[in-house]
Amino acid sequence: MSTLIKHEILGEMLNSTGKGFEQARAEGKEAFESQGFPTNKSEEYKFTAISKKLEQSIQNFGAAESFEVTAEDVKNNLFEGFTGDVLVFTNGHFQSSLSSEIAGIEVALLSEKSDTPVGSIAKPAKDPFCALNQAVFTDGIFISVPKKAVVEKPILLLNFNKAVNGQVIQPRVWIEAGDFAEVTFINHTVNLSDVTYFSNKVVEVKGGVNSQIRFYKLQNEGKNVIEANNTETDIHKDGRFTSVTISLSGELVRNNLSLNIIGSNSEGNMYGLYLLNSKSHVDNHTNVDHTVPHAESNELYKGILADQSRGVFNGKIFVRQDAQKTNAFQQNNNILLSEDAVVNTKPQLEIWADDVKCSHGCTTGQMDEEALFYLQARGIAKDQAKGLLLYAFAGEVLEHIRDESFREYCTNLVQDRLGSKF
Amino acid sequence: MLSIKNLHASIEGTPILRGINLEVKAGEVHAIMGPNGSGKSTLASVLAGREEYEVTEGEVIFKGIDLLELSPEVRAREGVFLAFQYPVEIPGVSSTNFLRTAVNQVREYRGLDPLDAVKFLTLMKEKMKLVEIDQKLLSRSLNEGFSGGEKKRNEIFQMAMLDPTLSILDETDSGLDIDALRIVSNGVNQLKSDKNATIVVTHYQRLLDYIVPDFVHVLYNGRIVKSGTKELAMELEEKGYDWIKEEVDSKATV
Repeated sequence: MSTLIKHEILGEMLNSTGKGFEQARAEGKEAFESQGFPTNKSEEYKFTAISKKLEQSIQNFGAAESFEVTAEDVKNNLFEGFTGDVLVFTNGHFQSSLSSEIAGIEVALLSEKSDTPVGSIAKPAKDPFCALNQAVFTDGIFISVPKKAVVEKPILLLNFNKAVNGQVIQPRVWIEAGDFAEVTFINHTVNLSDVTYFSNKVVEVKGGVNSQIRFYKLQNEGKNVIEANNTETDIHKDGRFTSVTISLSGELVRNNLSLNIIGSNSEGNMYGLYLLNSKSHVDNHTNVDHTVPHAESNELYKGILADQSRGVFNGKIFVRQDAQKTNAFQQNNNILLSEDAVVNTKPQLEIWADDVKCSHGCTTGQMDEEALFYLQARGIAKDQAKGLLLYAFAGEVLEHIRDESFREYCTNLVQDRLGSKF
Repeated sequence: MLSIKNLHASIEGTPILRGINLEVKAGEVHAIMGPNGSGKSTLASVLAGREEYEVTEGEVIFKGIDLLELSPEVRAREGVFLAFQYPVEIPGVSSTNFLRTAVNQVREYRGLDPLDAVKFLTLMKEKMKLVEIDQKLLSRSLNEGFSGGEKKRNEIFQMAMLDPTLSILDETDSGLDIDALRIVSNGVNQLKSDKNATIVVTHYQRLLDYIVPDFVHVLYNGRIVKSGTKELAMELEEKGYDWIKEEVDSKATV
């Protein structure tokens, strides 16, 4: 409890109340109180002083209230050429009147689906912010893709955030896909606030047998955002889950991404790009748990860091004793563009099975001077040559985004940044 | 076209070039030969503008301009081309996009309109024939996974695309089998004109059977210690470099 007392003021967040789920909330509260807010002594938050940052930057720990946006706002924030359906949220509250009716897919408020087993996938005991969300999440969204449904176009979860009354946003998302279902989600957040806010989001994804789920996330909300994000999925037999996380800004961002491989012949993919400048701090903690044989996981996270930015990568891979014939690959590569930029990278593999293929590697270095000279020697200006090389480095992650409009949108953001700022 | 006077250069404080003098006129082919470590590649690198080397003395005038004042990219745009001894593999950058960027930056500097996609492709197809390079290769990442011969052919292909006035071939022949050597030399010969010049840096005489030099210079201990015609190269082939070393070293002790 000492940790909680130290961060007593943060405990105000626990006073929020949400609708329904009394038992889950009680469990969340209990799990949170036993963990407390992380301090610099917490191993999992050693490099990411999120509690301190919250104390310094947040004055009002009340829940940010829903606010109005217009259809015009929604339209203005779609990616060029985007043709998929859109679900709109303001401070985590679902705005049904601005959202698409998606044929064949059930979309409801979590409070209307009170038997949803929230916390059964993203378990509150694993992370204090996950627990905190479970205790007090305002409301959430329930999305169910039925068996065999193949959703051709991506579903955009478009979030508008703004500190209204309180500065804390705690949304929760429950996604379930039936057997053989195929669906792509894009999570995009637009920051309308000039006041720092804290977003503590939990996304739980329940896959089906042979389901194909893609989850893309763009984090580009600017300097005054503190974010904790827990995304966790169960991957069932013959299923595939692919996550792409693009982080371009944020005062402090912590992503916990966990893949539980619980059915054989399945595949989990995790790709991430963090392109940071000024004092942005982005921490990606990933966890893939192989519990069954004949499954595969692939992971590639790449970082480009300028100015005084900071990146943290921690990649855990567990291969349990029963998970024979597992293929698990992990790679983290970083380019530091300034003396003051820092990356802390840590692969963490625990392998109990004896017949597996696992590899991991991480590199942190400067720009390849030899490659730079080669491009210059062909007449390409130095700045442009740098941009070209850095873009090529980042491109290896961007290419995993299947939806063209979203990929182009991210590509343009990345190229703009590499062309001007770097 | 190129006038090198008393050029001294060092790397991390160690002198490598110790007073190079060389005059190259348009239409000429000069071969620079010499034993390993004599400074051949350093000379090529200094001319192209590699930053690790520090020029401590001397001057290099190219078409009336002080070459040493220019950044590597401006040298390239002015018409200096270095075919790398070890072409760099650059994953994620396609050869075609890279070349189009390069060609158009060079053209812009020379006051020419940029080539659109169609014109660029036409030019590329024409120049590809010179070195018998496959278009499939050019849709891949730059030099990534290319064989040694493919990399060297790609260098000469880039040279053809950029239309330089002074080409410096740094050990372009090393490691090539005879077929690849013929293709590469053939490409270089076809690009030769009375308006441009070529400096061929090599350890072996073999290349000079295919690219016939007007002058041969022997570099040793950072200086040109002997100059002659292609017969000098034959002599070196026959007798090795030891006699030159002895000649120079004995003079030094007198």
